Amino acid sequence: MNTKFFIFLLALALLGACNSGPQKILPVLGQPEVTERTVDGKTVYDSTEHKIPDFSLYNQEGENITQATVKGKVYVADFFFTSCPTICPKVKANLKKVYKEYKDQDDFLLLSHSIDVKHDTIGRLAWYADKFNIDAKSWHLLTGKHEDIYKLSPEYLIAALVDEGVPGGFDHSGAVALVDRHRRIRGMYDGTDPEKMKDLIKDIAILLAEK
Amino acid sequence: MRPFFLFFLLLGLFACKQPNAYGDGAMLYEKHCANCHGEQGEGLEELIPPLAQADALMQAGTAAACWIRYGLDGPILVNGQEFDNEMPENKALSAVEITNVLNYIRNSWGNKGEFLQLDQVQNQLLNCQK
Repeated sequence: MNTKFFIFLLALALLGACNSGPQKILPVLGQPEVTERTVDGKTVYDSTEHKIPDFSLYNQEGENITQATVKGKVYVADFFFTSCPTICPKVKANLKKVYKEYKDQDDFLLLSHSIDVKHDTIGRLAWYADKFNIDAKSWHLLTGKHEDIYKLSPEYLIAALVDEGVPGGFDHSGAVALVDRHRRIRGMYDGTDPEKMKDLIKDIAILLAEK
Repeated sequence: MRPFFLFFLLLGLFACKQPNAYGDGAMLYEKHCANCHGEQGEGLEELIPPLAQADALMQAGTAAACWIRYGLDGPILVNGQEFDNEMPENKALSAVEITNVLNYIRNSWGNKGEFLQLDQVQNQLLNCQK
């Protein structure tokens, strides 16, 4: 009887320790890349975590935005287009809450990639940013070469394709990716769900605390 | 004792079911309009105009039926703020559906407008500037 009670107390103490312990660690998402090399005549396999590759795009102010822009920073990425009649405005309204929370943080950025580069020129993105009241210091609306953006979206685990059959002419998901200081995806969120945005806001703080 | 219990159960059931005169309109709004204009008709900053307490909507009356069916291109002034973003057409919506949406948005989020009849909306739809 006494042993049981002791175990019960121990379990309680452990539970308490969990709560006061370190913050949760976010997993690294995406398919690890496996490379092989030969060591002493034997084939050895190495696996490296999925990382966002180098990229070169332009923001609403015509600045060249590359991997150097996000170096050492935590950032949120999504895909949209300015004339989107479906989920985009909802996702943008939700991301605005994230922006308001972290816009003064030097090591945090938002990157919204247009999937309609023909229509979403730098000028059009500048107009959108102005009407949406966002600052290019912390939120980049991106355009560039069509193929560059469509190559980049699966790297963020986000689907985007040209489809004449859907309203607006482009099909894409409202998913939002959270990327850490080392260009690794650490979380995926449904940008249309305000509740999921609360999780995102909390998780950004966890990544900002990481070195 | 039993009939009493049943009575309270029924009372409870009826209390849950809030009558909503614009139920169809609310469902259509959620499906076709809320993505842009917002769940509460709040719009999106200076990009998409609000519908809640929007003077342009309330003053337009049945003319707003044309906006829903054919969309809007060019600037529009809403509560003193200019919006200049294309609104897409909604050609799949019938006159009945447009009437339901109009009556819903004209009587939600603080809006209060007189009830628009189907024949008024039908007539208007024959006379859109398009």
